[in-house]
Amino acid sequence: MKNSVNKKAEHANQIALLIIKAMVGVVVLILMALLGYILITGIPNVSWHFLTSPSKDFGAGGGIVNELFNSVYILIITLVISCPLALGAGIYLAEFAKPSFLTNTMRTTIEVLSSLPSIVIGLFGYLVLVIKFQFDFSIISGAFALMFVNIPLLTRNTEESLKAVSHSQREAGWALGLSKWRTILKIILPAAVPGLVTGIILSAGRIFGEAAALIFTAGQSTPVISYANWNPFSSTSFLNPMRPTETLAVHIWKLNTDGITPDATQISSGASAVLIIVILSIILLSRFLGNYLYKKMSGTK
Amino acid sequence: MNKYTLSENYLTEITDPIAIETKHLNVFYGKKQATFDANLKFPKHKITALIGASGSGKSTFLRSLNRLNDEIATVTGEIKYQDIDINRKNINVYEVRRQIGMVFQHPNPFAKSIYENIAFALRQNGMTDNLDQRVEKSLKDAALWDEVKDKLTTSALSLSGGQQQRLCIARAIAVQPDILLMDEPTSALDPISSRKIETTMQELKKNYTIIIVTHNMQQAARASDLTAFFHLGHVIEYNRTKKLFTTPKMPATEDYISGHFG
Amino acid sequence: MNKMQQRLLHPSKATRQDRFGKTISLICIGFIMILTVSIIGFIAIHGLATFFENHVSVMQFIFSSNWNPGQLGKNGQPQVGAFAMIVASFAVTLLAAILATPFAIAVALYMTELAPKRGAKMLQPVIELLVGIPSVVYGFIGLVVIVPAIRSVFGGTGFGILAGSIVLFVMILPTITSLTIDSLQQVPDHYRKASLALGATKWQTIYKVILRAALPGILTAIVFGMARAFGEALAVQMVIGNAALTPTSLTSPTATLTSQLTSQMGDTIMGTLPNNALWSLALVLLIMSVIFNLLIKVVGKRGEMKK
Ligand SMILES: Nc1ncnc2c1ncn2[C@@H]1O[C@H](COP(=O)(O)OP(=O)(O)OP(=O)(O)O)[C@@H](O)[C@H]1O
Ligand SMILES: [Mg+2]
Repeated sequence: MKNSVNKKAEHANQIALLIIKAMVGVVVLILMALLGYILITGIPNVSWHFLTSPSKDFGAGGGIVNELFNSVYILIITLVISCPLALGAGIYLAEFAKPSFLTNTMRTTIEVLSSLPSIVIGLFGYLVLVIKFQFDFSIISGAFALMFVNIPLLTRNTEESLKAVSHSQREAGWALGLSKWRTILKIILPAAVPGLVTGIILSAGRIFGEAAALIFTAGQSTPVISYANWNPFSSTSFLNPMRPTETLAVHIWKLNTDGITPDATQISSGASAVLIIVILSIILLSRFLGNYLYKKMSGTK
Repeated sequence: MNKYTLSENYLTEITDPIAIETKHLNVFYGKKQATFDANLKFPKHKITALIGASGSGKSTFLRSLNRLNDEIATVTGEIKYQDIDINRKNINVYEVRRQIGMVFQHPNPFAKSIYENIAFALRQNGMTDNLDQRVEKSLKDAALWDEVKDKLTTSALSLSGGQQQRLCIARAIAVQPDILLMDEPTSALDPISSRKIETTMQELKKNYTIIIVTHNMQQAARASDLTAFFHLGHVIEYNRTKKLFTTPKMPATEDYISGHFG
Repeated sequence: MNKMQQRLLHPSKATRQDRFGKTISLICIGFIMILTVSIIGFIAIHGLATFFENHVSVMQFIFSSNWNPGQLGKNGQPQVGAFAMIVASFAVTLLAAILATPFAIAVALYMTELAPKRGAKMLQPVIELLVGIPSVVYGFIGLVVIVPAIRSVFGGTGFGILAGSIVLFVMILPTITSLTIDSLQQVPDHYRKASLALGATKWQTIYKVILRAALPGILTAIVFGMARAFGEALAVQMVIGNAALTPTSLTSPTATLTSQLTSQMGDTIMGTLPNNALWSLALVLLIMSVIFNLLIKVVGKRGEMKK
């Protein structure tokens, strides 16, 4: 009797484990199919011409040079404005905040911000930046919207990276008569650099692919711009932060919803491949750089 | 553990000049009291050992002296240093810690080079003249110089535990504090490194007042001039080390040093 | 008073540094809080205008499926019924969660219980890559692969809730998986050992002990995934069909709250009812994301109390 129960259980065990493994296999297959599809259908559409010529609204044969540049440019501005804020907020939470109602409220606020759908953030940007502050559809409006998307992630990452630095390091600083602030700047932050850098780069990957927050803030088109005009105040300069801009991710979306570009599918697949390759490189870079910095700092190198 | 009376204690008279003194010092972690009415005087240029079972409040007491407990505990009573009560609110705690240096139980060098660990401490305190000489002197004083003089630019984290601890001592004395607090500085070390640090302490004593927490009775007997015995947050006995170990006045002390404790 | 006493009694550079640092970092977080509150405030004000300025009833907004805010209906009332969008949003969210949860749990179990070393090493990058793929790319693949596939199997246009759910399923899979992993890892090791020592099989241990202990964490993970699915805009908008009709089947074109916002916001004029109505949709999204947040808190608390 006992034996048969055991056998039954053993049987169920084997079937269950098999099912789990099969499901894991399915997930791996999905990812491989996804990546395979994007790269295999996309890369043939990626040529030097594709990467270096501007997009066309109506005719076929457009490229993505402006979109690619816009994505990078808006990403840089976003990081420049979101990093200091997130760093400050993360420092406050990790180093200064004492358990209290106010601290709890701060954490909840950041959680709420991080759970807001990015389309909602985009719409807020549209309402306030584009219309109220009259920034119009511009790189600046887009970067501020992306800042909202980025801040909760980066703040949490900063807080975690700082907290991962051993408390004894802080005490070492304090015991030398250093102020808390000095201790943070000179001891804790440097020790947290690997974590901070990894977090910032990973967030860059996410920002690079973000589109929903941008369609109503940065706009959905790029005016004619000149890469020879380095005057950021000139309306035709590629550096002008007040011009409307279409990023790579928005371009893919736009191509597939407007339906006026004849080779929309080819361009989208090429653009998707480029997008994915950039993002994969960013993920790899964050890994590599994080490990490298960690090794360098812990003296095992 | 409760068979000893906590209300009675024996504190010897100190006639030497006093470096730092506590009066009615109480420490609370939230509602839990960890130090009860501690009255101790630490004479200048002497080594005082704090002994007692684990959890008896030695670290708590020690960390109160340089206000390192500010963040986590409530400390009441008086800590007299330079004729000032430094346990008041409007005291400059950074200056207190500058004058009362500390070495921790677990070595905590910065993730910087050996040289930079000390140079950093010096620079932060504005002691930027003769940086190299100062670094060298403090490493020599901590008996570490010979072992690291050829690799000053390597990471401090690549040193052995004993070397790291001596680096921390070097870092603490580099900024020339007045008093040096050491919380079980040798507990993580092998006997040879421990002995080196004890030798170092004898040298340092000429210039510093040292208060050291230790679990190692031989170490206390060997290295200290005075010893205070802590039990359940109370100072039970304070006397010259020789006397405390040869003729303890309190039963708890006697049991503790003879190993019949509890 | 000697020099040393002077120094002990007076503030120094360090005192000022600390005041400065604390102020600066407090300003940063205060600024973020103000921004967050203003997002919520602005959207609430605009979203409520439909009800207070245009006097649409909340009941009609939620339960009518007549969406044509530009025109008055037969009864002379504006037609602002968001029922179809609300239903569609919940439908894609639930379906995606139902699809994703078993796979997420399987992957998480594999990584923590079955092959903790090799499995984790192999699958961690898979999860990270799935997170890394941007939503427009998911939408694009949905459009050129999933929609035609559904069309050829079920007929019709291929757009609709099914296509949306499949796309969202892949998108929220990594979210649910990684949070499930966290909660499985928090199950103390002695649970496993005790169960196995009693002669339970691996599966019995997983099913009766580990999953049960990790249940609050797994529920939190699912809610997180649902929050992400509910708020996802572009990928869904590309495959849902964008017709503000109550879905009649899983393969009939419809619109979710997010897709409606995405495709209509550019075509309406600020301050008019059609525009206000869209802000009301945004308000629903906002409220839902706060509700998901609360849910996560509540479930998380439950889990803590049990331990
Ligand atoms: N941060 C803290 N929060 C709450 N209670 C604490 C804290 N630190 C210490 N305690 C408690 O205070 C009492 C004294 O602890 P303390 O660390 O001072 O003992 P100790 O004599 O240094 O012990 P050990 O020899 O183990 O280092 C103990 O009961 C301990 O649990
Ligand atoms: Mg201790």
